[in-house]
Amino acid sequence: MAKKSIGPVRRAYSPWDDPEKAPFIEFRNVTKKFGDFTAVNNLSLKIYEREFFALLGGSGCGKTTLMRMLAGFETPTSGQIFLDGQDLAGIPPFKRPSNMMFQSYALFPHMSVEKNIAFGLKQDKLPASEVDARVAEMLRLTKLEQFAKRRPHQLSGGQRQRVALARSLAKRPKVLLLDEPLGALDRKLREETQFELMNIQEELKMTFLIVTHDQEEAMTVADRIAVMDKGELVQVATPAEIYEAPNSKFVADFIGDINLIEANVIEKSDDGTRLRSVADNFSIDSDQVTDAAVGDRVWYAIRPEKVRIAQGRREKGVPNRIDGVVWDIAYLGDMSIIHSKVGDDDGDTLRATFANVSRMVENPITWDDEVVMSFDRDAGVILKG
Amino acid sequence: MTRGPTWFNITSLVAGFSFLYLPILLLVIYSFNESRLVTVWGGFSTKWYASLLQNDQLLDAAWVTLRVAFASATLATIIGTIAALVLVRSGRFVGRSLFSGMIFAPLVMPEVILGLSLLLLFVAMDYSRGFWTVMLAHTTFASCYVAVVVQSRLVGFDKSIEEAAEDLGCPPVKTFFLITLPIILPGVIAGWMLAFTLSLDDLVIASFTTGPGATTLPMKIYSQVRLGVTPEINAVCTILVVLVTMGVIAASIATKRQQVQKERDERAAFGAEG
Repeated sequence: MAKKSIGPVRRAYSPWDDPEKAPFIEFRNVTKKFGDFTAVNNLSLKIYEREFFALLGGSGCGKTTLMRMLAGFETPTSGQIFLDGQDLAGIPPFKRPSNMMFQSYALFPHMSVEKNIAFGLKQDKLPASEVDARVAEMLRLTKLEQFAKRRPHQLSGGQRQRVALARSLAKRPKVLLLDEPLGALDRKLREETQFELMNIQEELKMTFLIVTHDQEEAMTVADRIAVMDKGELVQVATPAEIYEAPNSKFVADFIGDINLIEANVIEKSDDGTRLRSVADNFSIDSDQVTDAAVGDRVWYAIRPEKVRIAQGRREKGVPNRIDGVVWDIAYLGDMSIIHSKVGDDDGDTLRATFANVSRMVENPITWDDEVVMSFDRDAGVILKG
Repeated sequence: MTRGPTWFNITSLVAGFSFLYLPILLLVIYSFNESRLVTVWGGFSTKWYASLLQNDQLLDAAWVTLRVAFASATLATIIGTIAALVLVRSGRFVGRSLFSGMIFAPLVMPEVILGLSLLLLFVAMDYSRGFWTVMLAHTTFASCYVAVVVQSRLVGFDKSIEEAAEDLGCPPVKTFFLITLPIILPGVIAGWMLAFTLSLDDLVIASFTTGPGATTLPMKIYSQVRLGVTPEINAVCTILVVLVTMGVIAASIATKRQQVQKERDERAAFGAEG
């Protein structure tokens, strides 16, 4: 698929576009088998310095195994892992320059907050004054000053999460590994903490590798996301690319909400492709040049917010105009998701979002309304298979 | 809906506990008997406790018993803790369930058999019996009790706590002493106390495995009783009862604290936002 700009990049930092740049972490043909089960299958991945990188996937996709191999808790069946130019093979976890924040936080229950944070520094035999200074800095960074003397069981879930973060940051590791770090927090606290994590990462200029099954979390915090499935990488790209230009039906379906329309290629030219829905009698005009041949079965994927929707049969002369009947409405407050049936019961159902910009609408779109939907030629993507 | 205790319940309770504790209570009461005759009450006196202090044979036996109990409990705690660690941690290996079943076997094995087999072993080894053989014999069966107690503590242990320590630069052996041992310590202490108490009151295995010069207190009491019960025996038994009771209470307090600590740890690991 041709690469094109899709919206502003969140930060101007994009070392992955520079082919000269040496990767900071590299997985080279890594395979991990547990008995007959292949958790990670011949995977190669490059992560760059100061990147906030997310491994995203459902449970059992191999993302945690990949991270645990980097930390040294699992040994690859084959393949190599490099960190800052060093081959990590044979190096035990306690000698690796990475630190990990565990999903269960794994705080030492018999030590106070400050002792927990100081633990790693003491293993390095740093002088006491420096340990104290570093602990104080971490307490400030994670806003835990007043809890320094408390034991983990005297803290709330959110505070424990911050202790775990402070403890793993205290040694200023070359890379911080975060294993589902926010899973146990409630939604509001999770969102706050996501922004805190991003700020800390920018302040300390460290490389962060996060494992998560929460696509919203990955999109929020990460510079780049690797979507994993069955031990393999499906797509590695920026959040915007993953969302707007998924490279497969799996990624399109996994990230966010999307309409998937089964269609046949009926016409190809240098400036676009024309498709016809399999179930219904409408055609789609796309500016995408696909390598699928005329007559091939493809999927047309389009996000609900890219679909314009209006009542009646008024709009004329627009490309990609599809008539439908409102079948269901999900009112979410900030917007409504309108499900419309095109054709009969076996036909496509298209979802369109409708931003509720006015508080009260005189004649809102409602059930069984005849509506017309339309979208631009570059609004969706053509996916094979 | 609550109901008060019925007469039936109260009667059963009194009868049951009398059955259990009346003999011990009588023994304690008669240890303060003035009279030389054990079964005739001749007024209150502590003179038998005083005369106990003059009885070198009994004091020697008590000293041997305490040394045996202390040494065997300590050794059994080390062996039992290691056994528990291996059984809980090492995952699957050939014969794992056989080994964990064999840990429990000495708990239900008749003491006579255990004592006899140990005697045969020591004889076969041509090892002169005495303090060390009793101590080793007690270590043998007490280590099983320790393993069971420590195992229960280890089952709920979050392995990622140890991984976190290693991740922060702590080598595995140091991790055991800095992280694992302090967390399972209540279980280890409870195991030690159990082993100590078991060794303190063992008669059968000690009789089989002892030799000249290493008579334990239970053996001494048993041999004296055969010549007739004196109030002195009552006094020494009372002291034993007090010691064992204190041991059991301390062990149960440690277990209780371990339970509370465990719940705290679980809350620490999976705690909700509060």
